[in-house]
Amino acid sequence: MGWHAVAEEGALGDDEALGVTVGKVQIAILRAAGALHALDNVCTHQYALLSDGYVEDGCIECPLHQGKFELTSGNAMCAPVTEPVKVYPVKVDGGKILVELPD
Amino acid sequence: MSSSRILIIGAGQAGGRAAEALRVAGFTGPVTLVGDEMEPPYERPALSKEVLLGAAAPESTYIHPREQWRAKDVELICGVRAEAIAPGSRSVMFSDGTRLDYGQLILATGSRVRPLIGVDDTLGGVHYLRTIDDAKRLTRDLVPGKRVVVIGGGFIGLEVASSASKLGLSVTVVERQPALLERALPADIAAAVERLHREQGVEFRLGAGVSALVGSANGNGNANRRVTAVGLSDGAELPADVVVIGIGIIPNTEIAEGAGAESADGVVTDEFGRTSVEGVWAAGDVTSHYNPLLGRRVRLESWQNAQNQAIAVAKNVIGPPVAYAEVPWFWSDQHGVNIQMVGMAQPGAVTVWRGDPASGRAMAFSVVDARIVCATAFNAGGEIRFARKLIESHTPVDAGVLSDASRKLKDLAGRADRPIATHDAAAAV
Ligand SMILES: Cc1cc2nc3c(=O)[nH]c(=O)nc-3n(C[C@H](O)[C@H](O)[C@H](O)COP(=O)(O)OP(=O)(O)OC[C@H]3O[C@@H](n4cnc5c(N)ncnc54)[C@H](O)[C@@H]3O)c2cc1C
Ligand code: FES
Repeated sequence: MGWHAVAEEGALGDDEALGVTVGKVQIAILRAAGALHALDNVCTHQYALLSDGYVEDGCIECPLHQGKFELTSGNAMCAPVTEPVKVYPVKVDGGKILVELPD
Repeated sequence: MSSSRILIIGAGQAGGRAAEALRVAGFTGPVTLVGDEMEPPYERPALSKEVLLGAAAPESTYIHPREQWRAKDVELICGVRAEAIAPGSRSVMFSDGTRLDYGQLILATGSRVRPLIGVDDTLGGVHYLRTIDDAKRLTRDLVPGKRVVVIGGGFIGLEVASSASKLGLSVTVVERQPALLERALPADIAAAVERLHREQGVEFRLGAGVSALVGSANGNGNANRRVTAVGLSDGAELPADVVVIGIGIIPNTEIAEGAGAESADGVVTDEFGRTSVEGVWAAGDVTSHYNPLLGRRVRLESWQNAQNQAIAVAKNVIGPPVAYAEVPWFWSDQHGVNIQMVGMAQPGAVTVWRGDPASGRAMAFSVVDARIVCATAFNAGGEIRFARKLIESHTPVDAGVLSDASRKLKDLAGRADRPIATHDAAAAV
């Protein structure tokens, strides 16, 4: 599916998250310590959106049961989450945030 | 020779999390987890929500797929009941006639539904909800167009009401108390929940007791009799095709009591999870445990406690003792609204609203002496962590600031990082 523009670069401050939908995929875009990350927005535990969560120590904390996912790998870091979330390549180009989805 | 086995009785959420935590913490001795349900450890909350709605499979509630317990080197024995503990010989007798020795024992026997006394709850169409089997049976009865009467206006009853109404049944909730959620929430916050239900067409009979469950006259013997109505104490009869009873739970303390453990509305434990019997620990719903933050013992019926207390206790069994001290937290989903509560409601608290729950997103703070003791979030779960911080740190708050949605809770909580004493001094000025 290639790269998709999902937001203006300025739409996201540091330690902020944004939920976007590309096709049918819900993605959370986050900026933490200056770096952008993109991961599946729906928690792998039950239904909650990670973009409503809290960024801390390189992880995003789910707003429902405080499960944590590592931003760089999507790995599940603590109970109750056991399954990782997918991470996607993300970049800024021409003032826009772009996410790459696999075909 | 004494056993090195850590034996866990009760393979629910707390039992499962305790077993897992032992391995995560590096324990290499034998871990045996025994439960009387056929399912591997699972989380119950979805049973009244996604599972009832058909949006999630019952198996999705499993903490881990059944086969993964072996991979974690946890011996999981399902469908077997522990009958008696012999603390002297450190062994447990089971319903299948077997006996297991233990070095340390963790009781995670949880709780069971409180039966509605004095009525015929064996009629067809009458349900309680605690287990996956209960949820499967209830799902079959929740047919669009039917009438369901929910007995009990607590969280489980209200979640069933919400799910049933979404599935297209007509729903009436009967509650003996004059208000819903009496044990959990101040009346004005509970009233907001009631409004949410009424907007979706759920009806209420508050302050009404149940005197009878009326069954059909036909059928050959009791086996085929189904419920047709719920008789109320004021003489009224509510027609019903399905009845769901959710009037609370009873902690499964009997086996601990049989072993001589102190019990008082729950197995009594200290903040580390120790019972009064040497080598016997307890975690989850079954405990009445000392919470150092609250300065008293509490018995909680919550997902958070089942998970986090169990993890804490498991670590204490094998390592240096660390108190389990968390501000109680609970959530519920009703009519698409995510409700989260942190803290403990207290009599005499004043409610400060932030936003209007009718708008879909709001918070309510219960304030005592300018300190938040409890916060309730409607579709604002992301704010709960900041409310928790304010509660933990006893930060003095100003009602005007709290109610002003343009002031970020995060910034108020940020101040809570400073030492508590400073705030207390500031408040005294
Ligand atoms: C429908 C429903 C919805 C809920 N929703 C929420 C929610 O939204 N939010 C929230 O915070 N909490 C919720 N809860 C509460 C939460 O699920 C419980 O607090 C939690 O399950 C407690 O876990 P536990 O492991 O201590 O006990 P349990 O889950 O009760 O597990 C104990 C297990 O031990 C077994 N057992 C008991 N005695 C023996 C014995 N002698 N030998 C062998 N096995 C034994 C039991 O059969 C059971 O399997 C809900 C509960 C229900 C039923
Ligand atoms: S839904 Fe994310 S941790 Fe439970």
